[in-house]
Amino acid sequence: MDDLYREIILDHYRNPRNKGTLEDATHTFQDDNPLCGDRIRMDLKVNGTGVIEQVRFDGEGCAISQASASMLTEMVLGKSLEEAKAISKQDILDALGIQLGPVRIKCALLSLKVLKGALYGLSGAIDEEE
Amino acid sequence: MLDSDVVRQDFPILHQSINGKPLVYLDSAASSQKPLVVIQAMDEYYRAYHANVHRGIYQLSEKATEAYEAARRKVARFINARSWREIIFTRNATEAINLVAYAWGRHNITARDKILVTEMEHHANLVPWQQLAAETGAQLAYIPLDENFCCDMAAYEAMLDAHVKLVAITQMSNVLGTIVPVREFVARAHAVGALVLLDGAQGVPHLPTDVQSLDVDFLAASGHKMLGPTGSGFLYGKRHLLEEMPPFLTGGEMIRRVTWTGAEWNDLPHKFEAGTPAIAEAIGLGVAVDYLSRLGMENVRQHEVNLTRYALEQLSQVEGIRIYGPQQVERRGGAIAFNLDGLHAHDVAAILDREGIAIRAGHHCAMPLHQKLGVVATARASFYVYNEPAEIDRLVEALDMVRRLFER
Repeated sequence: MDDLYREIILDHYRNPRNKGTLEDATHTFQDDNPLCGDRIRMDLKVNGTGVIEQVRFDGEGCAISQASASMLTEMVLGKSLEEAKAISKQDILDALGIQLGPVRIKCALLSLKVLKGALYGLSGAIDEEE
Repeated sequence: MLDSDVVRQDFPILHQSINGKPLVYLDSAASSQKPLVVIQAMDEYYRAYHANVHRGIYQLSEKATEAYEAARRKVARFINARSWREIIFTRNATEAINLVAYAWGRHNITARDKILVTEMEHHANLVPWQQLAAETGAQLAYIPLDENFCCDMAAYEAMLDAHVKLVAITQMSNVLGTIVPVREFVARAHAVGALVLLDGAQGVPHLPTDVQSLDVDFLAASGHKMLGPTGSGFLYGKRHLLEEMPPFLTGGEMIRRVTWTGAEWNDLPHKFEAGTPAIAEAIGLGVAVDYLSRLGMENVRQHEVNLTRYALEQLSQVEGIRIYGPQQVERRGGAIAFNLDGLHAHDVAAILDREGIAIRAGHHCAMPLHQKLGVVATARASFYVYNEPAEIDRLVEALDMVRRLFER
């Protein structure tokens, strides 16, 4: 009935992929969107050859934010760090397959922001500030 | 009695479809819609007699000044102020509160003093006091809510002592709908020598408000929440307090005489209205006040009591709903915050929008309150003179649809 809540988004929201945390993460980062109350943490385990071999996300928030995080974990799994860094906003929006207004787009892109935070030198430092 | 079928005819914006469905506007607590007479009055000002006020020695300016000052008198009568000089036009309630925080607060609050606010304040009646406390070293303390989302009056009583200089409270919570017993608050505050600032952003549009009977020292309100335009609002202050206060903003209009070395301030209320004011907006607000007066604020209140009672009954049938606010309609206004179990308020609002229903979702500029409620966001439906029970039925149907969508 609703193009904003396509079945694929609802599916990822109801059955999130790679949900949880990693004990032995090599890269980890967390951020939130205080205005919405969306929060996402992402843990990556990168092996010796620079390939992301494990990924988990944790968080809470609206269906768009959580579904996009779930989709993003599927996108980065098995990718090299360089390939993961190349994931763009458009890639996320294409995966969601919906048109978003200026407010909800922040929900959709929070997970990418968190991923980039983990990939770019912010590894190991969980931002505990709420 | 208020006939919302008739009232609706006066609001052009309501007669449209969103996503192919008739618009159901349930976000008047954020901003109300405007009757045609308000829109026309502003249009007429710009078409027929726009000029700057107070200074021009020509007919257009005199007419503009007359209309601007007539609006001030309408507002004064609407809240039963003793004098039009006690009404200062501002951009909104936020600016009115900041005016008091700067012009009164910076000259009367010291490190020994305490300021009390309730736990359900909008950021507009919270952050200015946090800033004042931070600058002066004064203590800011929160009057707690009880389990029924009402102020714990015993706790309030216990917090009052000679160090309390200001009690800044909302008249009606924009999240919980809770109506505050203002007279009780004022009597107790005055007993210890504290002043009371009432944030009437929600209260003034929806409740008969008489500043003399309430005996509040300051009252702030926003025009755009009471059928008037954005950029209009006002501060009421007891005359002797306003007389003693230095100006907030300085410049043109607010002076009597300027020399190379200084300036003398203009009389009230002009002392607090630096620069060219929002003339069209003030005129629009005056017409909005006329419109509300014609409906009768007792009728407005009764209409909303009826709607709120119906809404609480109907909403409580929705599976998995949690409503935040008093259950008794006598103690609350028509802003109803809720959540559907397991769903983020943004998802609820986004799906409702697809059905043509406009509600608010988020923290409604009351983040500490939401922290206390233990949620990051709530959805909020709020009512005004043009809403009707059939719209509540549409809301309830749509919420059931949201549930089904996410449950599959």
